[in-house]
Amino acid sequence: MTFLDYYKILGIDNKATPKEIKSAYRKLARRYHPDLNPNDKDAKRKFQEINEANEVLSDPEKRKKYDQYGKDWKHAEQFESSERYYEKPSGSQTGSQRRTYSGTQFGGDFSDFFESMFGGSSAAGSRKQVKFRGEDFNAELNLDLVDAYKEHKQTLTVNGRKIRITIPAGIENGQTIKIAGHGGRGINGGPDGDLYITFLIANHPKFKRLGNDLFTTVDLDLYLAVLGGEITIDTLSGKVKLKVKPETQNGTKIKLKGKGFPVYRNEGHFGDLYVTYAIKIPTNLTEKQKALFNELSKS
Amino acid sequence: MTLKIQKMQTENLIDIKEFCVNHNIEISFISSLKQTGLIEITTVKETEFIDTEQLQQLEKFIRFYYELDINLEGIETINHLLKRINYLQDEINMLKNKLRFYETYE
Repeated sequence: MTFLDYYKILGIDNKATPKEIKSAYRKLARRYHPDLNPNDKDAKRKFQEINEANEVLSDPEKRKKYDQYGKDWKHAEQFESSERYYEKPSGSQTGSQRRTYSGTQFGGDFSDFFESMFGGSSAAGSRKQVKFRGEDFNAELNLDLVDAYKEHKQTLTVNGRKIRITIPAGIENGQTIKIAGHGGRGINGGPDGDLYITFLIANHPKFKRLGNDLFTTVDLDLYLAVLGGEITIDTLSGKVKLKVKPETQNGTKIKLKGKGFPVYRNEGHFGDLYVTYAIKIPTNLTEKQKALFNELSKS
Repeated sequence: MTLKIQKMQTENLIDIKEFCVNHNIEISFISSLKQTGLIEITTVKETEFIDTEQLQQLEKFIRFYYELDINLEGIETINHLLKRINYLQDEINMLKNKLRFYETYE
């Protein structure tokens, strides 16, 4: 466990007045507050440090204890027992410890150092039984392209709770969906928070996705390309037979309408599948085959 | 029957007076947010409510005002910029997916 220099975190002198502490906290909080830095994990971590520093330094009792035992935090327990006599209820809310209906609380995670000295969050309890909405949870879910193609159900374990969710077809890589009521439990009968799931969709070895369209490359036999014929290819909805025109060139692109990816939340609508032909030149030719190609080249 | 209907009407609504008492904030602040169009207030039988859907936004504005000492004009500006950030983040996500496509597609 590392000692945290709260004065350094707030960029102030250890003789700083309460006004200077407040001013330093607000200045830094305005820069790093998670509300102002959405999805920025570094800013969130930095804000937690700032909030923790403010939590300690803006409370005269905590500041006194920190100043006396900060670097020697292991003796804090002894201090705690000797000071218990003077203990009085503290109802002050400092920093971002404001209790919210929506469960959004920033800076509530304290460092091990803080926990060891002050015994956890000092978020003040409410005076009466007020209903509070549970905290929102964020999670990431890895899917492959085939999973994302079809609407399906998945069972997830979020904070020890098993939940079964329906993932709509056509979800996009990096897209976030809200599962209402599957976040933290509500307090005093308040509604549960929401669960936000961000989907991370892995690349597929055969199909590439761009929006609702799919792209694939299909190997085409030289003779089939020259003479034309029929070929069966894989799509995400099953096998499809295609007619190959005679004298098809390498790199020819064809579009299969409605064989692409399902459009998110638009049942029955699909993008297109673009197939690129890659003509394969035969290898390991026999002498006879070489002779035939020779003959062909002279014709 | 009347009671049931009333309950249904206010099921997702939070009484603003109660909200202000519990957050220890002035009702005038909520009124100012309403006037600037940052939140919407629902009135049922002369009682003002806030929809739970707007709760997170409202509490964010409260944090801006009371904890970060940002005035209403500042909140309006920040709110506008945060919307822009959200839009740009969606745009970045879309472009990242496009880039991924072109990086892997041969």
